[in-house]
Amino acid sequence: MSVSETESVAEIKARNKELINEVLQVYPEKTAKRRAKHLNVHEAGKSDCGVKSNLKSIPGVMTIRGCAYAGSKGVVWGPIKDMIHISHGPVGCGQYSWAARRNYYIGTTGIDTFVTMQFTSDFQEKDIVFGGDKKLAKIMDEIQVLFPLNNGISVQSECPIGLIGDDIEAVSKAKSKEYGGKTIVPVRCEGFRGVSQSLGHHVANDAIRDWVFDKVDPNAVAKFQDTPYDVAIIGDYNIGGDAWSSRILLEEMGLRVIAQWSGDGTLAELEATPKAKLNVLHCYRSMNYISRHMEEKYGIPWCEYNFFGPSKIAESLRRIASYFDDKIKEGAERVIAKYQALMDAVIAKYRPRLEGKTVMLFVGGLRPRHVIGAYEDLGMEVVGTGYEFGHNDDYQRTAQHYVKDGTLIYDDVTGYEFEKFVERIQPDLVGSGIKEKYVFQKMGVPFRQMHSWDYSGPYHGYDGFAIFARDMDMAINAPVWKMAHTPWKTASKPTLLAAE
Amino acid sequence: MHADALTSDVLLPEIREPASEMRYRPGAIGTGKVIGNRFKEIPMSALRQIAFYGKGGIGKSTTSQNTLAALAEMGHRILIVGCDPKADSTRLILHAKAQDTILSLAAAAGSVEDLELEEVMKVGYRDIRCVESGGPEPGVGCAGRGVITSINFLEENGAYEDIDYVSYDVLGDVVCGGFAMPIRENKAQEIYIVMSGEMMAMYAANNISKGILKYAMSGGVRLGGLVCNERQTDKELELAEALAKKLGTQLIYFVPRDNIVQHAELRRMTVLEYAPDSAQADHYRKLAHRVHNNAGKGIIPTPITMDELEDMLMEHGIMKKVDEAIVGKSAAELAIA
Repeated sequence: MSVSETESVAEIKARNKELINEVLQVYPEKTAKRRAKHLNVHEAGKSDCGVKSNLKSIPGVMTIRGCAYAGSKGVVWGPIKDMIHISHGPVGCGQYSWAARRNYYIGTTGIDTFVTMQFTSDFQEKDIVFGGDKKLAKIMDEIQVLFPLNNGISVQSECPIGLIGDDIEAVSKAKSKEYGGKTIVPVRCEGFRGVSQSLGHHVANDAIRDWVFDKVDPNAVAKFQDTPYDVAIIGDYNIGGDAWSSRILLEEMGLRVIAQWSGDGTLAELEATPKAKLNVLHCYRSMNYISRHMEEKYGIPWCEYNFFGPSKIAESLRRIASYFDDKIKEGAERVIAKYQALMDAVIAKYRPRLEGKTVMLFVGGLRPRHVIGAYEDLGMEVVGTGYEFGHNDDYQRTAQHYVKDGTLIYDDVTGYEFEKFVERIQPDLVGSGIKEKYVFQKMGVPFRQMHSWDYSGPYHGYDGFAIFARDMDMAINAPVWKMAHTPWKTASKPTLLAAE
Repeated sequence: MHADALTSDVLLPEIREPASEMRYRPGAIGTGKVIGNRFKEIPMSALRQIAFYGKGGIGKSTTSQNTLAALAEMGHRILIVGCDPKADSTRLILHAKAQDTILSLAAAAGSVEDLELEEVMKVGYRDIRCVESGGPEPGVGCAGRGVITSINFLEENGAYEDIDYVSYDVLGDVVCGGFAMPIRENKAQEIYIVMSGEMMAMYAANNISKGILKYAMSGGVRLGGLVCNERQTDKELELAEALAKKLGTQLIYFVPRDNIVQHAELRRMTVLEYAPDSAQADHYRKLAHRVHNNAGKGIIPTPITMDELEDMLMEHGIMKKVDEAIVGKSAAELAIA
C-alpha cells in the first residue's frame, strides 16, 4: 500500500516537501507562515528534526493538545493512588478527565486507593464571586471523615482558581497543620497557563519538589534500609500495566525498585525516591524536571530508557546496568538472554505478516519516538511522526536516535494537516488518539490508539512486546479492510496522482 | 427654573410620564448590533439608564445620590444599582448601609436563581428603589463576576419596570470586564464622569473615556459629560472645562465644595433631605436638571494621551514645562547637580 516502498529517499523527501506546501496552501498567509515552521522533512545527520515546537497553537485549527490541568491532574498526579486529587473548580474538568488514562493499580478503591474516583469542588457562581477557599477547606474535612485511609490530598487548580486569586496554598498549609502534618499539595495548574499540557507537567513536578520532597524531615529515621541497588522508575504511568512489565525486568537483573512514578504509585514512594541510587526515566517530557532536581539536590543520576521492543529493551537494560557493578551488568545479560527465545518466537510469528508495513504516528510525550524501535523490530517503518506538546529536546532525541532520513515531521499537527498527510502517504497503520481513530478508520486506514493502547496493553517490556506485536497485526491484517475498497473502482494502489 | 418650582408637587403630573409600553425596555430592541446611537429615537420619557464613574474617593456615590434625590424630587421614579462590593452606593438614600445585597442573599440561598426581586430591593428617600450588588470582602473571589451576576438577575426579574431612571454606581476603576458591565450594550446610555481639578482625577476621567470609546463602537453607550466635584485646586473650573473640550464633551456641572455635604453624610442623608433649602441642595437640583435635559445628547468621547494631558496642564500654567534632565532624579540628586 505504501508509496515509500517503491521510492528512493530523495523522491520521498521531494514528495513530503510538496505535501507540506500543499497543506499550507489552504491557510491564510499569516497562519501558513506560522504552521510552516512546525512541518518538515527530517534530514539525516541533523541534530534536530527542523521544526519549531512548544509554541501556541493557532486559533481556528483543530489541535490535539490538552491543557496544564490535564498535564498535572491527568498525567503526573492522578495516578498517585493513595492520595485524593481534588479537581478544584467547576465540575466539568474533573468529570471529563475522570479515569481517562487507564492507570492500573492495586488496592481497594474508595478505601485506600482512589485513582478511578472523581473528587471535585463543583464551583457554583457564588464560589466564583466570594472565592472558594472555605469550600476547599470543607472538602478536605469531608475527605478526612469519609476516606480516613487516604495518605494525602492534592488540589488540582482549574482555570477560575487562577482568575479569582484563591489562596489554595494557605488553605493547604492550614489543613496540613490541623491534620498533624498531612501531605496536602496545592498545584497551580490552571488550564489557561502555557501552550499545552506540557506546562502542567512542569508545574506538577515543581509541586512534588516543594510540597513533598521539601516537607520530608531530613533528620527523620529512614523508613527502609537502603541498598546499593535501589532505583526509582520515573515517568511510567502504568497504562495497561506498563510499569509492572517494566519493573520485573529491573528486578530480575538484580535491582530493587523502591518507587514507581506515578502509575500505581504512592506518596511513600515519592518520599522515598531521593534515596534512590539511580532514577530511571521513561517519560522524559513529563518528568525530566524532577529528575534534574534530584540530580542537583541529592546527587542522584538519571538515565533515560526505552522498553518498547527487544532491541531498545536490550540497549536500555545495558545502559541502566552501566551505572552499577558487574553483578547487575551480568544480570542485564541474563535477562536479555532469558527472553531472547520469547522475542524470537514473537518476531517469527508476526514479522512475516508485518514486514514492510508503514506507520504514521502522532502521540504525546515520548511515544512518537520510543515506539519506533518496536515497529522496526517487526520489520515495519515509521514514515511520519510528531509530538502534541514536545519541546526541542524531544525533537533532538528523535532526530539523533530514532527517525530515518526523509521522515515527515509534524509538530502539534492540525486535524486538517494530519488527514491530508495520511490521505496522501497512505500508511498501513496510523497510531494516535481516540479523537483521530475514527477519522482514519473511516478513510479505510488501520488504526491503533497509542495513548491508551486501545484498551489493551501492556506494551512495555518483553511481555508487552508480544502484546504489541499481536495488536498491530490485528489492526493491520484484519479482514475488514479488504472490504473497505469500493469494488467497482480500480483496485490499483493509490498513487500521488490518483489522490484528490 | 427656580429650585422651589422643581420641588413643587404641582409640577408632578406634567413631569410624570406616559404609558409604560412606550418606554424602552432592556432587550426589547433586539440583539443585532447597531452602530450609532440607537437610543436617539426613543422619547425623552423612555427609561433613562445612566451611570456614574470616576476615580476612587472622588465623591461618585455622594454626587450620584444627591443628584438622584433631586431627580426624585422632580417626580421621577428611580432605581439605583450599586455595583461596588462595599455596598455603600445607596447609604444616603436608605440611611443605612444595605445589608441584604444580591450576592450575599444569593450565597445564603444557594444561587441567584433562588432569589426574588422583592428580597433585594429596598425603598428609601422619596421612594427611590435601591439594590446593592454586593460582593466578596477585599482580597477574595471575583467582584467583577458579581456585578455581572447581579445585573443579569435584575434584568431577568424585571427590576426595570415602572421606572424612569436606572443609575449604576460603579467602583473607582474599570479594573476588569465585570465593572464594565454597566457600559455594555443595553445598559447605561450615558456615563457621567465625576472628577476634580486634580491631575489623577483627570487622568482617571480620560481612562474611563477610553473604556466608553471601546463600548461605544459595539453598543450605544455615550459620554454624557463631566461633573466636577470641587476640590479647590488651582484653576479647577478652567481645567475641567478644558478637559471636557478635549474629550469632546461638556462640563455638565461644577459642584462647589460645601461642608454641608459632610454634615448630611454624617447623618447618612443626602443634602436634599438634610437641608432641602440650602444652596448646595439647589446645586444638586441644577445638576439633576441638566442631566435630565441631556437625554440623547451623549457623545462618543475622544480620549487624549498622557502627554496631551500634561500639555493641557502646562497650557493652564498648572504644571511647568518638564525639563527632561530632571525626570527620575530625586531631590538629593538634583541638589548635587
